[in-house]
Amino acid sequence: MSTTFQLNGTAVAVPIEPEAPLLAALRGPLGLSGTRFGCGAEQCGACLVLVDDLPRYACTLPVGDVAGRNVTTVEGLGTAEAPHPLQRALLELQAGQCGFCLSGIQIRAAALLRETPRPSEDQLRAALDPHLCRCGSHNRILRAVLRAAEEMAP
Amino acid sequence: MNLAFHGPPPADGKPKLPGSLQVNRRLDQWLRMLPEGAVLLTPGKVELGQGILTALAQIAAEELDVALPRIRVQAAATPTSPDEAVTSGSLSVQESGMAIRHACAEARAIFVGVIAQRSGVSRDDIFVNDGDFVAPDGRVLGSYWSLAESGLLAVEATADGTPKRADQRRIAGTSTPRLDLPDKIFGQPRFIQDLRLPGMLHARVVRPAARGAKLISVREGALPGGARLHRDGNFLAVLATQEHHAEAAALRVATRAEWAAQDTLPENVETWLAEAPGETTTVLDRAAETPEPAHRVAARFFRPFVTHASIGTCCAVALWEGEVAKIWSHSQGIYNLRADLVKAMRLPAEAFHIQHVEAAGCYGHNGADDVALEAALLARANPGVPVRVLWTRAEELGWGPASPAMLVDVAAEADAEGRLLRWTQHVTSNGHSGRPGRGALPTLLAASMLAEPFAVPNAINPPLAGGGGAQRNAVPAYAIPALHVRMTHLAEMPLRTSALRGLGALANVWAIESVMNEMAAAVGQDPLAYRLRQMEDARARDVLTRAAEMANWSGRVKREGFGMGLAVARYKGSGAWCAAVAEIEAAERVFCRRLWLAADVGEVINPDGTLNQIEGGAIQATSLCLLEAVRHDARNVTSTGWEDYPILRFSEVPRVEVALVARPEAPPLGAGECSMGPVIGAIANAIGDALGVRPRHWPFTPENIARAMED
Repeated sequence: MSTTFQLNGTAVAVPIEPEAPLLAALRGPLGLSGTRFGCGAEQCGACLVLVDDLPRYACTLPVGDVAGRNVTTVEGLGTAEAPHPLQRALLELQAGQCGFCLSGIQIRAAALLRETPRPSEDQLRAALDPHLCRCGSHNRILRAVLRAAEEMAP
Repeated sequence: MNLAFHGPPPADGKPKLPGSLQVNRRLDQWLRMLPEGAVLLTPGKVELGQGILTALAQIAAEELDVALPRIRVQAAATPTSPDEAVTSGSLSVQESGMAIRHACAEARAIFVGVIAQRSGVSRDDIFVNDGDFVAPDGRVLGSYWSLAESGLLAVEATADGTPKRADQRRIAGTSTPRLDLPDKIFGQPRFIQDLRLPGMLHARVVRPAARGAKLISVREGALPGGARLHRDGNFLAVLATQEHHAEAAALRVATRAEWAAQDTLPENVETWLAEAPGETTTVLDRAAETPEPAHRVAARFFRPFVTHASIGTCCAVALWEGEVAKIWSHSQGIYNLRADLVKAMRLPAEAFHIQHVEAAGCYGHNGADDVALEAALLARANPGVPVRVLWTRAEELGWGPASPAMLVDVAAEADAEGRLLRWTQHVTSNGHSGRPGRGALPTLLAASMLAEPFAVPNAINPPLAGGGGAQRNAVPAYAIPALHVRMTHLAEMPLRTSALRGLGALANVWAIESVMNEMAAAVGQDPLAYRLRQMEDARARDVLTRAAEMANWSGRVKREGFGMGLAVARYKGSGAWCAAVAEIEAAERVFCRRLWLAADVGEVINPDGTLNQIEGGAIQATSLCLLEAVRHDARNVTSTGWEDYPILRFSEVPRVEVALVARPEAPPLGAGECSMGPVIGAIANAIGDALGVRPRHWPFTPENIARAMED
């Protein structure tokens, strides 16, 4: 009982039932806690990951569905030593308070910028609507993503 | 509200010391020098995402004259941290910050004194450079680190410490980046939900079918992953080695549990508030003979139960070893939590070692303390095994303490020129504090469910001198000759209530500022000019004038479907001043499009952090008044998911501009809550401007605005 997939560029085999949610595998046996549990019902966006570059909610996605695919979590976007432009911008603008929503938002923003490298602010707001932030850091987050977009755009 | 801040002076004739230093007087409770060249700072206040640990580090580095990276801030823990009661009420800079400022200034003086004595160099000639003590000729005479082991801080603070003057500060007052934010951006394990201990069991609680329901039976049957059942009276939980098994097991057990349940929740909250028994007390009574008024405004404002709605769910880990339970908790007050664990588990305080670990923002007293008791109960039943309890989203929204529903009745009288003569305000509410550690009974959720249960204590309203609860900001700050403010504290508490950011201030400021607009309209005056005419407090006038300038209030142009409103308040009557101007769009529902805020928080330790807090409070307040209400049936909260308890989303968030009025010489006043009441008042007044109706029912949804039109 094990599912094999690529996690942040490395092959992993996770010993968990294929019907278990990907979030349980990530936060449990795989030991990557950057992907958050917020609601378990695809309503808050805290658990968002990329599966083959498409955003998916890890709280409801069965592990079996990612067999053989590429999964990217917030830990795969960048590190303190080599931050993703989104992460650099979030830090520069201090775009967060408690920070619990930021993992999912980074994943969503990364997916958006791949499709739409120079989004308008309204496009960005619409894209982030599935993500809840309770601290009221929205405007800083918007500015940070737009700054990163500027840096990343060709 | 906070014991450390408002506690009595010691009876032994010791001098009054700043902030929490008053009740935690030993310097080494607050800081220690480490030989490797660092300062260990050990405050009792905790990080909630508000940036307090960074601000405290700035204050320490400033007074010690060390570079900021040398300050390591240790999260609070019992029994070693200073007892700073609760991290709440926008008081952390006043209480912890001022204690640390004074303690570090005194520590610096002690070290310099010792170096002077040993070196023969006059203490006045010694210069501190990043922790090195330097003589006028450039010789390094020693350092904090070289004296780290000498026990110099094992003394009580005196009143002699002299912190720097405002014009000498170089670190406090600057926008230093948050110390904790990088981990949170890079997804590194830092939240309590991320804590994993070897051999840890995952637990979930199975909630009763109603408040006070009795568990009759649980049908037996297999559970996923070999999960086990735990039952203690009506407290029911499951434990499993893997988290998803515990989740699945809890759902299964819920279908097998039979409860004797009764209806306990009111059918109509507004009617219940008006009719429920309670104790009515006078908050403030200022008698004056006033002439016959030319204008009268009377209005009732209703606010429903609302809740914290943290994005992360409550979590705790406990490990019972021998006589001691180690508990990891995101409680806002670890000593207060300990006091209630002592009552609920009938054990001495020494049995509990509580370590604070950060979590998602809580915005007040959510279920963090409740889940700690649940973890402790399960750990006691499984000695030697760490037990982690995590709440579901439904528990978070449905079983955490709610912020009370309120009625605010206002009657105001004014003369022909609109000058206020008489103001009566009557607030009806449950208590706004059900925090642990303050009463004879434990307030923790599971305490009432145990085989030997405790009654659920009625939540309290702290006295106004301590910030108040329901009556917070119920006293208008305008010049009014005759003033009568009363509060009815309800004796029944159908939903457990406690503190949510701003407490009663949100409803009270909304009510006051709405009536001010109504009176201004009655006498045909501009709402800004009308307020300024009756406002004696210069700092209140300054923030109101500034916010109005930012919004170009006097040059505003009426647009179809849009409206502008303003409001102002001094938080708690003793905290920060804040004024807000809101622009709303009345489309298929009301959207707040822009907010302009001006605040005076006294001395600012970290300007960027302060702006972040004020803007965050403003956006949260926008969400609360436009969208939020706890919904329930006769037995249970039914708004248990984000679809039923909506909060503001990115596309609905207003653009926000914030200005701080610089007061570097003035005492710091905290920033986390001051913007909330004014924003709600400003939005309500903007709705009045756009639609000609005055919102009386929160949230300001189309249905509730339509009711105002009918009224």
